[in-house]
Amino acid sequence: MNNVLFFAHLKDEVGAESLQIEAKGKTVLALKQEVHETYGLSSFNSVMTAINEEFAEDDDVIQEGDTIAFIPPVSGG
Amino acid sequence: MKFGISKEPINIQEVIDHVVQRNAGAITTFIGTVRELTKGKKTLFLIYEAYESMAVKKLEQIGTEIRERWQGAEVAIVHRVGKLDITDVAVVIAVSTPHRADAYEANRYAIERIKEIVPIWKKEHWEDGQEWIGDQLEKVSYPEGKPEAKHLDE
Repeated sequence: MNNVLFFAHLKDEVGAESLQIEAKGKTVLALKQEVHETYGLSSFNSVMTAINEEFAEDDDVIQEGDTIAFIPPVSGG
Repeated sequence: MKFGISKEPINIQEVIDHVVQRNAGAITTFIGTVRELTKGKKTLFLIYEAYESMAVKKLEQIGTEIRERWQGAEVAIVHRVGKLDITDVAVVIAVSTPHRADAYEANRYAIERIKEIVPIWKKEHWEDGQEWIGDQLEKVSYPEGKPEAKHLDE
């Protein structure tokens, strides 16, 4: 299983900070599409993804136990 | 903490103290504060949220980038999270270098990088609503955490 984290507006839309999702073997893009469709998220275009706290590419493959985070455009500072 | 996320008000002097070094000829301190008016719209307060563990790593990465680019630089960065009122301090960046020009440049670099790669978000609360703010630089994504000096001029 994989812990999938949501932040900012994504957290509000999903209604949870994190979900347990079986994502092993999927690409980041495939998981993004799955989550997008399941939760009817508004904008996912500019959302970045992190695997185990490091930015990942859309074609990176998720391993068992990886923590995935969907990261909307940041606005710190 | 030299690179950190703080739920409490930031102790500015403590951040500065982290970069004091005998070879420094200058220390620049950037203090980001909560502004009341943005394009004429009145902010009541902000909520900052962070993916804390990753945010700390990315702040450390910015420190490493600066030490690589500006010889002899020392860096400390603390970002606040939680509810912040107008004029509250959201971020403090201290940079020390042997010469002053580098201290200014490197400090500027740090704040621009924070706005690119550090997973922190702010939610604006106005009199008539609220919204998570994103993409302030009107840019898209940086999977590699890459965009560099050229963005400083935008």
